[in-house]
Order: sequence, then C-alpha cells, then structure tokens
Amino acid sequence: MKFLFQRIAFYIFTAWAALTINFFIPRLIPGDPVTSLMAKYQGQMSTEAIQSLYVLFGLDKHQSVWSQYVAYWGQIFHGDLGLSFTFFPTPVSEVLKQSLPWTIALVGITTFASFMIGTSLGVIAGWRRGSIMDGLLPVTTFLSSIPYFWLGLLAITLLAGPGSFFPSSGGYEPGLVPSWTGSFIGSAIQHSLLPALTILISSVSGWILTMRNMMVTVASEDYITVAHAKGLSERRVMVSYAARNALLPNVSGFALSLGFIVGGTLLVEIVFSYPGIGYNLFQAVGAKDYPLMQGVFLVITLSVLLANLLADVAYLLLDPRTRKEG
Amino acid sequence: MTATIAAVTPAATPTPAKRRRLRFVANPKAATGLVVLAFFCLIAIIGKWIAPYDPSARSSDLIQAPSAKHWFGTTHLGQDIFSQVLVGTRGVMYVGLLAGLVATALSILIGVSAGFLGGAADDSLSALSNVFLVIPALPLIIIVASTIPSAGDLMVALVIGFTSWAWGARVLRAQTLSLRRRDYVEAARATGESTWRIITFEIMPNLTAIIASGFVGTVIFAVMSEITLAFIGISTISEWNWGTILFWAQSQQALAQGAWWWFVPAGLAIAILGTALSLINFGIDEFVSPRLRSSGHTRVKTNDGHSVRMRVGFTPVLSSKQAPATPVVRRKENAA
Repeated sequence: MKFLFQRIAFYIFTAWAALTINFFIPRLIPGDPVTSLMAKYQGQMSTEAIQSLYVLFGLDKHQSVWSQYVAYWGQIFHGDLGLSFTFFPTPVSEVLKQSLPWTIALVGITTFASFMIGTSLGVIAGWRRGSIMDGLLPVTTFLSSIPYFWLGLLAITLLAGPGSFFPSSGGYEPGLVPSWTGSFIGSAIQHSLLPALTILISSVSGWILTMRNMMVTVASEDYITVAHAKGLSERRVMVSYAARNALLPNVSGFALSLGFIVGGTLLVEIVFSYPGIGYNLFQAVGAKDYPLMQGVFLVITLSVLLANLLADVAYLLLDPRTRKEG
Repeated sequence: MTATIAAVTPAATPTPAKRRRLRFVANPKAATGLVVLAFFCLIAIIGKWIAPYDPSARSSDLIQAPSAKHWFGTTHLGQDIFSQVLVGTRGVMYVGLLAGLVATALSILIGVSAGFLGGAADDSLSALSNVFLVIPALPLIIIVASTIPSAGDLMVALVIGFTSWAWGARVLRAQTLSLRRRDYVEAARATGESTWRIITFEIMPNLTAIIASGFVGTVIFAVMSEITLAFIGISTISEWNWGTILFWAQSQQALAQGAWWWFVPAGLAIAILGTALSLINFGIDEFVSPRLRSSGHTRVKTNDGHSVRMRVGFTPVLSSKQAPATPVVRRKENAA
C-alpha cells in the first residue's frame, strides 16, 4: 500500500506542477493575444466570462502574481476554464466534455490493444530469437518511424474515398444524433476503424521491441534454466516464467511513455477530423483560441496522470514484491 | 629467440586495434543508419544549391504528377515539390540536432548530478524529471510554440529541447547511481580527485553509450515534433521543411485531388530518417549488450540426425522424435 500512496502523492505533485506551468505560460509571453481576441467579441461576452478570462490569463496587471495564482486555483476547482473563442460562446469545459469520450474511446482502447498485441508478439520474438520474427524487426522499426498523422493520410488515400466502406473523416454519420442507439454506435465504430488501425500499426512496434529485449535478458536467468530442467513444457516456461517477469519493466515503461503516445495519437484525430480532444487542439491552434488550448492541455495531462495511476495499480497486481508490507 | 618473437608479433598487433576502433561501424544496423544520416546531413548542407527550382516560385504547371521535369510533381501553385523537400531538409536537421544537443546537455546535467550527489539534491532533481516525463510533451510544445509569436526554427528547437530531456536524465541517473560506488570511483575519491574531475573523467566516459543513445532518441522525437508543429501550422510557414509541405498538402485537399505525390515524398523522408536514427540506436544497444543481437543461424544438426536450436542462456535440448519412454512398472498396492 505504501507504494501506491507514494505514487498518488507523486501524481498530485505532478498535477500541481502541470497546472502551475499552465498558469505561467500565458504570463511569460510578451504581448496580450487574449486581449485582442476579447476586443473582437466585445459586447457579446458577459462580465462573468470576461472576469474568468482575466483570472486565467493574468490580464489584470494590478494584482500581484500570488493573488492571481490563488484566484486561478479557485477558478480551476470550480471547473471554469473560460470561454472558447472557436465555439463562441460555449465554455471550454462544455466543449471538452463533449469531445473527451471520443478520445478516451479511440485512444484509450487502441493504446491498450497495441500494448497487449505488441507485448505478446514481443514475447514470441524474444523467445524464438533467430527465427523469422527477427526479420520482422526492421519492418516494425520502419513502421514506428512513420509519423502517425502521415500514416493516417496514407490510409485515407488508399482505403477511404467515395464508395469505400471506411469513411475518411468525422466520428459518425453527419445526419445522426449522438445517442445510445444501434445505428449510431455502428456508425461510430465504422468511423473509428481506420484511425484505430493507424494508431495500432504505428505504435505496436515499440512494444514488440522492448518486450523482445526484455525476454532476451530474462531468458538467461537461472530460474528459466531451472524451469527447463524441471521438464516443464516450453510454453509454460515461456509464458509463466519468462514473460511474467519480463512484463514488469514493460508495464512501468508503458506508464512512462503514455505521455508520448497520447501526444502522437492526438494527431491522428486531426487527420481524420475525429471529434476528440486532439481535433479540438487543432481547431484552437488555428483560431488562436488560447482558453481552449489551455483546457485541452489540462485535460490531457490529467488523463495521462490517471492512466499512469492505473498502470501502477496493474504493476502492483503483477508484482507481488511491491505488495509486501514493511 | 627474442628476434623470432619480435618478427612474429608486430604483424599481428595492428589488426585487433584497428578492428576495435571500427567495431561499432561494423555492426550492419549502425552502419546503415550512419550512412543514411550522413546522406541527410549532406542534403541539409547542399540542398539549397542543388535544388532545381526555387521552392516558393510559382509556375503554370499546377498539380502535376511526377515527371522528368518535376521529379516529385508540383503543388497547387506550381511549386516544385522535389526542391521543397531538398530545401526543407536543412530546417529538419537543424532543429532535430539542435534540440537533441540542448536536451542531451540538460539530461547530463540533471541526470548525472542527481545520481552522483544523492540525498536531497537527487530527490528534487528526479522529482523534476519525473514530472517532465509524465506531462505529455507534445501538447505542451504545441501550446508553448503557439503562444510565442512567430516561432522560428531556433525557437522551436529550444522549446523542444527544454521539454524533452527527462527520459535521458532518468536513464543517466540510474546508471550513475550504479557507477558511483564502484571501486575505481572510490579509488579516485581516495586519491583526492575533485568531484568535478570524478564526474567528467571517471564517470562520464562510462556513460558515453547511454548519452549517445539518448541523443539519438531525442533527435527522433525532435524531428517528429517539429514536423508536427509545421503540419498543424504553428511554426512559420515561410521557412520550408517537410512538415510545411504536408501542411500545404493537407490544407489544399491534396488527398481529395488524388495528388499522392504531394505528401508521399516528405512522409517517406521522415520515415527513412527516423528509421536510420533508430538503427543507430539499435547499433548502440547491441554494442553495449551483445546479447540483443539477432543471432543468425541457430539450428544445428548433430551427427545422429537430431536438430538442436542454440540460444544464448538456454541449455540446448535435443528435439528427438520420441525418446523411448522408460517402462514404468506399477506395483499393484491397492489390490493387496
């Protein structure tokens, strides 16, 4: 349990650091991009909305940095992230609430699936070193060097198009209204196949490689020799003895690289115009919508922290040593 | 007697020394990677001069497929894509290498001092690098770069460098921790060497491989991030790089027009550069830990027709057809 508490404390600290970075970025930059945006929408914004933007971006120069900081925290805890200019006059939190489920479904499921598939392939590649699987490694290296978004573009050109089964953009059929009906879910799944495939292909090879290398390292441990000597079946030794131990560093590696992966997968949403957080970020960048950008960064960071915590729990379950009290 | 030895030995000595120096390059993966990287560096330097056209110059050949005149075809304004790719190489390599240098310097500074100093300094420095590791770097880079007005190549490189040092710092810290109590470091300390001398002359040389692979890894990440920034239109579009080409291809609906030549060359160039850098990294990994090498032929036939698969760390087991089972005689105890 001590391990878990330590990790939770660390994530809280990281969340604080991320929010503080988020607080300082707009304040360190010369010029006031937000003021000009607000001037554009003058008269259409309520005084409350203006006030919340003042607090978020430190436009009120008379306040000290400390009181700005305190006010900023108060506002974050109320879930007030300001108004989005792209989707004026929708609040940022409202925009994010709509797009977050899409991203979690697409990126979450595909990242997890890619980890599972890559790890299983890596187990085999590491165990049968010198077989055909080794010839696959350069191919997977090449695939992982391709930027996600470019693979997405390629997939659209080759597989999508008029009359194709795969739609080239969007998260669902334009005429449908998001709901829990069969036709909508079917359409959503159909739209997510191509983005999911793109993410899967370009992210799976990293897992294959790290797992292979861990398997190679573990395979020369004494307990593997003992397991062989006991006459256990090859499969049993591979799965229950070697893979189980090789998996541990891979799980903690998974937690640490989540930040990188999520960053890359957000781009796939951009290419496919998928209605998730990544596409929001793209729209925000295009319109210089700073409140939305900051909101997206916050949500992504917090989700990654949460995913990290889950990976830690998985580690706890997989490795009995961490559960030992004391 | 001595004369014969002298006559024999000199002929033999130069070969091993030479081999040792070129051992890293002798690794086929590393060699391939280095050659490709050198090629891209060359293009980065001379690309501006060997480009057949001005990359921004318009012409009347709108959206043309690749031909002898335009090797990679043309854009919606009749710009030559081959020239754009050649000229754009410089920006990509410049940002990649500069960001890699900045990040590596930071990771050495933070990682090695955290590992060597220990105590409170270690705790705070590793907390710092863990925070930077967990915070998703790309969204952070996007936000910082888009907040800075007119982010040029130098600015982008610095932003990427300052946000992507954490992984290297973590790895370096772990390795430094294991080195710092080794006998030779203790000996250096006992002879009164200063802390700085120990760090730079005793510890750093033993971290070379890790530093190198960290550098290469960061360059990969920096190139990807830079191209991403250009692709979503954050960095200035007046400077050509591969991401800018993809940006125009995307914004001008190259896909819908079937203009595959517009985005295929730039993407392939990214993938090839990335592969080359990864290959160098594999070369470094295998150089440090030879066990990771993909071993060639492993199946060995024995004289009596059995085949054995030789694997490092495994006791070879004869995979015979069916070993005659030892007859087991069961005593009928129950019956008695």
